[in-house]
Amino acid sequence: MERKEYLEIFNKASFCRNFENELYRNIQAKNIKFPTYMSAGQEYIPATIHTIFESRGIDTNLFIQHRGHSHYLSKGACPKQLVDELLGRKSGCAGGMGGSASIHSHEKNIFGHDGLMGSQVPIAVGHCYETRKPTIVVMGDASAEEDYVLGALGWASTKNLPILFIVEDNNLSILTEKKIRRNWNMDEVASAFKIKAFDITDSPKDINNHLKDYNFDHPLFLNINTIRKYWHSGAGTDGDYFDRFEDQKTILGNEAEEIDNINKKRVKDIWQKQLEIL
Amino acid sequence: MAKTVRDTIKDITRHHLTNKIGKCYGQCLTAVGWVGGTLPELYEEDGMVEFSMADVAGGAIATGIALAGGRPIYVVRYQGFQWYNLASVVNYAAKSKEIWNRPSPILVRSIAMEGGVGPVAGSSHHSMAQRMPGINVVAPMTPGEYQDTYKSFMENDEPYYISEHRKSYDNDKELYDQVGSTADFSIFPISITRLEMDKLRLLAMEADIDLNIFHQVWLRPYAVQENWKIGLQNSKYGGLVTDDDYVEGTASSIANELSIASGKVVRTLGLRPRTAGFHPTVDNLPPTAEEIINKLKEIKYGV
Repeated sequence: MERKEYLEIFNKASFCRNFENELYRNIQAKNIKFPTYMSAGQEYIPATIHTIFESRGIDTNLFIQHRGHSHYLSKGACPKQLVDELLGRKSGCAGGMGGSASIHSHEKNIFGHDGLMGSQVPIAVGHCYETRKPTIVVMGDASAEEDYVLGALGWASTKNLPILFIVEDNNLSILTEKKIRRNWNMDEVASAFKIKAFDITDSPKDINNHLKDYNFDHPLFLNINTIRKYWHSGAGTDGDYFDRFEDQKTILGNEAEEIDNINKKRVKDIWQKQLEIL
Repeated sequence: MAKTVRDTIKDITRHHLTNKIGKCYGQCLTAVGWVGGTLPELYEEDGMVEFSMADVAGGAIATGIALAGGRPIYVVRYQGFQWYNLASVVNYAAKSKEIWNRPSPILVRSIAMEGGVGPVAGSSHHSMAQRMPGINVVAPMTPGEYQDTYKSFMENDEPYYISEHRKSYDNDKELYDQVGSTADFSIFPISITRLEMDKLRLLAMEADIDLNIFHQVWLRPYAVQENWKIGLQNSKYGGLVTDDDYVEGTASSIANELSIASGKVVRTLGLRPRTAGFHPTVDNLPPTAEEIINKLKEIKYGV
């Protein structure tokens, strides 16, 4: 990838990070009054994926679950409607019904989640079977363990569907580590279902290497290792951790710093404006 | 010869597939028997699509197809299997329109049978769907009722849970309400207990018991009809709802609605509150005409 592309990805990631930081501040200020699931720390995955397919002119259907704010924003859905949704307003992206976990966008082909962990995977597979359109479905490393996810992988493979499975693997279900829950890896399971599968990092270079030639002509499975910044509802953090966003900001230097400052102001203005609406 | 319920379902499915309205999905559809002879002998290229044996995933995949506008007919061969299959239908398909304005119209064929099939496969389980908002629950037992149900599905964009019963497949007659100016009881039969009503009327005549019979087809949304209310109010001993499911579900819910509307006591009779075994001595079957009349005699005569 060229520097320009790295900066495009950074721009999306920066917008997401600032959005989530602003959300965190609003949780602390008690402006948000129900459980929220922040995606800060993991934003490089959606920022990279959606930048890649946008630049290649591939229109995708996207199925997400909780911790989906950064996918929503990276795919270009309306941030004001997301703020309104988090404030429980009818003008929210899901009419105030979806809260943080069940956001969606008609305009950007983003499909909401019902709350059953991992249910978006077989639902996405069914939707993809009917439409045969490029489809991305995102799950966590815990959702991926749901039995119906495995059944859906098998059927997607059998029908050779144009679907990209993404696991945002932060190694934790709430605070229970993967090694306590299982002795197997999801990429190995997907491979057993005859799906091309890889276990990779959330670096934009690594993700790009696995997607740059992918044309949705078969199912593909990426288990992407990442680190979340905030616990649910901002109840805590995992302490010292590698921060992909900060790492990329350092690498990209002053230009990234400027982009981040612009996004910080932009996000703050959006939140402030929406909060001022009675 | 009049068309049976079996042939009606088969014709509807053929119409649905050959006119490319949608496809039919499920497990082992094209195996011997073609689901009790209710499916036309068509294959995947015609729209008869075999799922893997993953029940929970299958229900959710069918939901995704519905979300994409595929109008799937989803066949679940035993109603008890809905404990696995129905999760995404009631939690996603039934809610997607309300939350996101994205309807997921799916027609779930949920097939009951009983007699030697044990603790899960036997009987109807429509109560698990009937308590959920956003889904229509219908139990057609006649050719006309089945056609009306399909027509309604095609005119709406909501999920439909069709509570079928294999014993109705040979039925080629419509079932009509029986109403007198006064009665001892008003009976509200559901599912296969409806086919006991002719025999029940005969037994009631012999026992000098006057009955109103109001067939129950639409279980959700449920609306008490005016003539049911009047019939109940003119029934000396109130009403009785009979069902092929445990009474602590649809039957009790309907009895409650009828009771509130009429001010009369409405009792229930359905599966006994215990697990069904496989052997006939330990099975758990829906109430027969004999069992229903015994219940009515007990109330009227105290015997």
